[in-house]
Amino acid sequence: MLTRKAIMMEGMDNVVTVVEPIEAPAEIVVEAAGGKVVVHVTDNIPFGHKFAIRDIREGGLILKYGEPIGVARVDIKAGQHVHVHNLESRRGRGDH
Amino acid sequence: MFPIRSLTPQQAKGNALATGFMGYRRTDGTVGIRNHVIIIPSVVCANRVARGISQLVIGTTWVEHQHGCTQLGADAALTKRTLVAHGTHPNVYGVVVVGLGCETLRAQDMAAEIKETCPDKPVHLVIIQDEGGSVKAIAAGASAACEMSGSASSMERTLSDVSELILGTECGGSDACSGISANPALGVACDLLIDAGGSVVLAETTELIGAEHLIAARAVSEEVTARCYDVIRRCEDSAKAMGVDMRGGQPTPGNIEGGLSSIEEKSLGCIYKAGTKPLQDVIDYAMPVTKKGLIWMDTPGQDIEQLTGMIAGGCHIVVFTTGRGTCCGSPIAPAIKIATNTAIFEKMKDNMDMNAGTIITGEDSIQQVGKRIFAEVVQVASGKLVRAEILGFNDFAIKRIGPSM
Repeated sequence: MLTRKAIMMEGMDNVVTVVEPIEAPAEIVVEAAGGKVVVHVTDNIPFGHKFAIRDIREGGLILKYGEPIGVARVDIKAGQHVHVHNLESRRGRGDH
Repeated sequence: MFPIRSLTPQQAKGNALATGFMGYRRTDGTVGIRNHVIIIPSVVCANRVARGISQLVIGTTWVEHQHGCTQLGADAALTKRTLVAHGTHPNVYGVVVVGLGCETLRAQDMAAEIKETCPDKPVHLVIIQDEGGSVKAIAAGASAACEMSGSASSMERTLSDVSELILGTECGGSDACSGISANPALGVACDLLIDAGGSVVLAETTELIGAEHLIAARAVSEEVTARCYDVIRRCEDSAKAMGVDMRGGQPTPGNIEGGLSSIEEKSLGCIYKAGTKPLQDVIDYAMPVTKKGLIWMDTPGQDIEQLTGMIAGGCHIVVFTTGRGTCCGSPIAPAIKIATNTAIFEKMKDNMDMNAGTIITGEDSIQQVGKRIFAEVVQVASGKLVRAEILGFNDFAIKRIGPSM
């Protein structure tokens, strides 16, 4: 059993990486820059995947390592799984 | 001749990190960490003979590739440069070059170029059509390789300093742990090596898309900064020119299963492995690394093409982090495999050299694992075998920039 279930890389990030699979619903404690935050996780999150720790509006930047890793395709609520179904890459694209 | 502060792992006590290793001193002043006899086919048609020679002679290794004929211009030059550089590499004691006889990239020219660069290195040329077929060519090559293998085995290692080492960094089969555990730890090891006077190569341009502003900000000059953005733009443009979306190939399906959602996320995790030192230069694929400190080589993200390009550039050793698990290795340079998570370390134990998953579980700090990686690099430089060597991996692939005609 790990002491932490999710890792936040930088203080401004709005997603965290899960280091132990999470079965929803679950209350997960995340060590954020300003202290501990409890997030109500509503999706099952596999090992290595991410969930949002704040609400992210459609078109808003998704931040990890303190840098944008894509934009939200739809409104994402805190506690939801963030992956290719709701995150869109902005780079290396032949379609625009 | 050598800094007297150099300590071998055996001599280093307590917290002191060993900066000395036992290497093979070459007459041109360079140092090798292996003493291979390599059999190089100049053309795809000579692969079987190269393999046949190596299979007959203990102490030799060989490469196989699909190239060497009907190539033009810069594409032909790049293939030749990569093959020749595997012959002139300081980890190589002697070379047998095998040609068919009618190919575009002539074996005679390659053997001559290796000999010109390294006059004291044993180089033997075998042309299949001149020898009278593959059986006779294998016999002739084996006879020459036999002599080389004997003399290579009598050469002794001498004390060398890590400031002479060129370390290649690579991550393949990345997962979401790569950017949290193994890559930042490798970054610590890279900083230690650069502080000790060595060189580090960062590559896989594709996997720097979305993180280029971070590395460009560390460039030593405006010219190098401009080169950073230039190679990234060319990389993205090549995907656009094909009218395709890079997301079909990057991140890979395995990356996505592992939790990586975009090329930006993969790149940001990727860039940690190069540490925090200033970027000295951006160089082309398979070009020689001539500067100390951190160098970016413009290679594809494909693992084996990257590995081959970095070693052609002179890397003595590669540290390769992996989350999904990979086994690959170069025929002439050790590739230390570091698992990013404990589950893959246990699952693919035969192929893994180290585990950085203890950072994820909170058992170790990034600094602790980083120092351990540095110590492992020194030991492997002195002769400790890595799993890819023990298990006989000799992966080799050359980047192509033009079609076969």
